[in-house]
Amino acid sequence: MARRRTRLRITEDDELAMHELSICGSIARLAQEHADGRRVIAVHLDVGHLRQVVPDTLRSSWEFVVDDTALAGSELIVNYIPAVIHCHGCDASTTLTAPVFRCPCGSIDTHVTAGEELSIRSLDLARPD
Amino acid sequence: MGRFHYHPDGTAHTHDHDGDGDHDHDHDHHHDHDHDHDHDHDHDHHHGEDVSVGDHSGYETGGLRVDVLHKILDENDRKAEANRRDFRAAGVHVVNLMSSPGAGKTTLLREVLTRLRPTVRAGIVEGDIETSIDADRLAATGAPVALVNTANGFGGECHLDAAMVRSVLPDLPLADLDLVVIENVGNLVCPAEFDVGEDVRVMVFSITEGEEKPLKYPVMFRSADMVVVNKLDLLPHLDFDLDRFYANLRDVNPHVRVFEVSARTGDGIDDVVEWLRVACAERSAG
Repeated sequence: MARRRTRLRITEDDELAMHELSICGSIARLAQEHADGRRVIAVHLDVGHLRQVVPDTLRSSWEFVVDDTALAGSELIVNYIPAVIHCHGCDASTTLTAPVFRCPCGSIDTHVTAGEELSIRSLDLARPD
Repeated sequence: MGRFHYHPDGTAHTHDHDGDGDHDHDHDHHHDHDHDHDHDHDHDHHHGEDVSVGDHSGYETGGLRVDVLHKILDENDRKAEANRRDFRAAGVHVVNLMSSPGAGKTTLLREVLTRLRPTVRAGIVEGDIETSIDADRLAATGAPVALVNTANGFGGECHLDAAMVRSVLPDLPLADLDLVVIENVGNLVCPAEFDVGEDVRVMVFSITEGEEKPLKYPVMFRSADMVVVNKLDLLPHLDFDLDRFYANLRDVNPHVRVFEVSARTGDGIDDVVEWLRVACAERSAG
């Protein structure tokens, strides 16, 4: 059973993480492309814990970027995906609770299997009148 | 950290899930939940990890869910690949140089480029000139410099992206160069997210920054192929635990290579120069 853990803390100085603005700009372009003229109610994102996206910064960035555009009033719904490493030595998969990419068995021969996602999963569009 | 939830009535509040042992959620649930369901108001509470962003006021039911599955940085990645193709075609080895502000990127770059001349011809893509003094220091190396205007666009000041680098490539005589160094914006968060078409990522870390930095900025430290540990001449004067720093670095990036230097005294610079010389020779040999 997967247990709810404390989220990975990626940065201490969250105010530095302003690439959320660029990311929101890309989301807005893609959302409008896929919406093809239909009104967007919500944008569902998959965001891995290793992507350094700060929720509050993302929210304010989104409001800033879509203000006065066709996307104004739409919301972002973020599905956060925990970081998981897989060990080639012992074949175990471990969900990270700290930025330590070593397997609990001691091996450093690991690779990240989840937590690097940064995608638009789906859009909620207004039904045609 | 609390999560914001907005509701159709216009109210907003946060739930502090973290450290709340009674608040178990099944992570697997929302990875494969049914996307065809009607989108009702209380989705936040069913999808424990979902964070709602934006204003729900005026939010309506009965929206049409359309699957998209599109990588958000796809466009940047495609432009980075285009840069990479151009660099390869020109036989140029490309370094993406990253650090926090003040770690000594520009000084290191000047020392390295001066020693690489004249056998390795280098060009610079510069996204981090703070003063004209920096520009003068680099001009002294004789290397052509292409300046990226990072003042344009949203958040453009915190990193270079592939399009910004692409826009200044015509300013460099690529066919005549062996090495291009992209001096990224001094920032330990944003540059790590953006591929610009480089062959290697080199991070300059100053020991004045403290040994816990890799744990605070794991994504950046993990993305580096090489960490240049700078200002080592200051070690006797600092309360800096070098072994502790390396332990933290290995936790985050077990396979990363390291050079120890002092850009000020020149100690260790020759090792960096030799490493680049070999990489450039391999690149021009195809």
